[in-house]
Amino acid sequence: MSETGSHNDVPEQNLPSEHGAHGGDVAVPDDPFANPGHPPHEFRRQDIDERAAKHSERVTAGLFGLSMLGTIAFIACFVIFPVDKIVFIFPFGNVSALNFSLGLTLAVALIGIGAGAVHWARTLMSDEEFSDDRHSAGADDALRENVEQQWIQGAKESGFGRRKLIRNTMFGALTLVPLAGVVILRDLGPLPEDKLRHTLWSKGKVLINQNTNKPLRPEDVVVGSLTFAMPEGLEESQEDFQEQIAKAALMIIRIKPEDIKDKRERDWAHQGIVAFSKICTHVGCPISLYEQQTHHVLCPCHQSTFDLADGARVIFGPAGHALPQLRISVNDEGNLVALGDFEEPVGPAFWERG
Amino acid sequence: MKKLSARRRHPLAALVVLLLALAVTGGLYAALAPAPKAQADDSAQSLAIEQGKKLYSVGCASCHGTSGQGSSDGPSLVGVGSAAVDFQVGTGRMPAQQPGAQIPKKKVIYDQAEIDQLAAYIASLGPGPAVPTKDQYSPTGADAGKGGELFRTNCAQCHNFVGKGGALTNGKYAPTLQGVAPKHIYEAMLTGPQSMPSFPDSTMPQDTKADIIAYLKEVDSSTSKNPGGLSLGSIGPVSEGLVAWVFGLGLLLGIATWIAARTTKAKKS
Repeated sequence: MSETGSHNDVPEQNLPSEHGAHGGDVAVPDDPFANPGHPPHEFRRQDIDERAAKHSERVTAGLFGLSMLGTIAFIACFVIFPVDKIVFIFPFGNVSALNFSLGLTLAVALIGIGAGAVHWARTLMSDEEFSDDRHSAGADDALRENVEQQWIQGAKESGFGRRKLIRNTMFGALTLVPLAGVVILRDLGPLPEDKLRHTLWSKGKVLINQNTNKPLRPEDVVVGSLTFAMPEGLEESQEDFQEQIAKAALMIIRIKPEDIKDKRERDWAHQGIVAFSKICTHVGCPISLYEQQTHHVLCPCHQSTFDLADGARVIFGPAGHALPQLRISVNDEGNLVALGDFEEPVGPAFWERG
Repeated sequence: MKKLSARRRHPLAALVVLLLALAVTGGLYAALAPAPKAQADDSAQSLAIEQGKKLYSVGCASCHGTSGQGSSDGPSLVGVGSAAVDFQVGTGRMPAQQPGAQIPKKKVIYDQAEIDQLAAYIASLGPGPAVPTKDQYSPTGADAGKGGELFRTNCAQCHNFVGKGGALTNGKYAPTLQGVAPKHIYEAMLTGPQSMPSFPDSTMPQDTKADIIAYLKEVDSSTSKNPGGLSLGSIGPVSEGLVAWVFGLGLLLGIATWIAARTTKAKKS
């Protein structure tokens, strides 16, 4: 069964042994894999017609010339167009005149060079194919002998073997010099120490509404609303604003106390107002896709989902920790305040987090 | 009594009885007729509530309960305010066609007068945010630059940085804000429809809402600036990468193939 199958798969004339068996009226060549060599060389019009070659030359030069014009136009556009000029260009819409013209002219400059080179190579440069056999890469014996003699003589003249002090100090210098490269790696540090574990929040710090830059009051925060808060004293003009807000950013929501499933969350809230870190515990994306009906919050980067009604527990996705909660209360003036820093590090986990 | 009885056959007796009957009927009517109708000053408002209640009974009561108390099919409408009704019905989301992850925007089936009547009825059930006035939501004179900052802080996480919308969990999504009327954008911020949290005036004051509307108008019009050229849907690296890899690389491969496919030989084979 399998035999007939294999016979049917292969056309018969491709099986030399069978041909022999059948009488062999087709001669088998001595070397079926002999190098057939190159096909006869065909000439291009440019090889036989000087006028065509001249034409190709003009086209190539024209393309290179176009590239030059493109570069000059690029510089001209850079000088002419102000950075904020907007023009309507179909089908792109209202685009920046500067961006558009720089892109267009640079494209002409680069395509001119590329197209010119391709045209030149294909129509004028030699296109004759030939084979070049490989030869041995090694030098001949006489040259090897010569170099060896020179090396030995050089070593003798330099006194490398005799003057050990020079040799050893040179080894010492060569060993030490890489340390200069190693020691500047120190600039990668210093280690963050406990910066990853602490934020600007501390006992008594007022929660500032990021929309109004005013203190948040409990009566401002209604059930179903979403507000973002930062610690008092943090100003956008500060040099380390981004660094600090990246750790201290808060999501403020209000959940009916009876809907909060986690006891600690209820205790750390103020009349159902809960404050959670806005930084995802997976890789630190700002996370605030809050669905007020389910109290779920979704991270836009990798779809980690947290249940803000249940201690911000991870219910989906790659995040490994619940969102840290900030303990809040109100001060004498009726403003929401923190009762301390986050109890655990905010943001993504790190090696020593524990 | 005897005197009265003696005159009961007087020719004018019937007339007197008739007058008395009329006076009693009129007096009873004046005393017992529904009180609101007698108050002339807000009769238009009460008429709207009355009309709204009728519309409500036909179009909304099957899910939201006969007096807006809610049921297993729809939430309570007590205290949602007229702004919520104007948004939900004015964008065609309500009445809902079918239950699902999210009620989509569709053709509006009530005219504005009917929507106002429904809103008046729902507003009468309990205090809630009212429909904003034109000078509250009008982007004229608002600061689009500040609106952009506020939009990126509060809204862009779900609605994309120019309001194109985006996906949420379990089939829910943040709808596009392009082509949405300023009044409806304002009402959505005020009331927080469906999954969206609300941004009440206490945490996001009126003028900052107008700033946000001005920003959206700035990025969503035929004159919106797009300095980088084709926006490719303004959905970021996904569409940009797709175009670069498929069309950019495809074009280069096509040119390379075209160059190599054409022979330069004088004798074409």
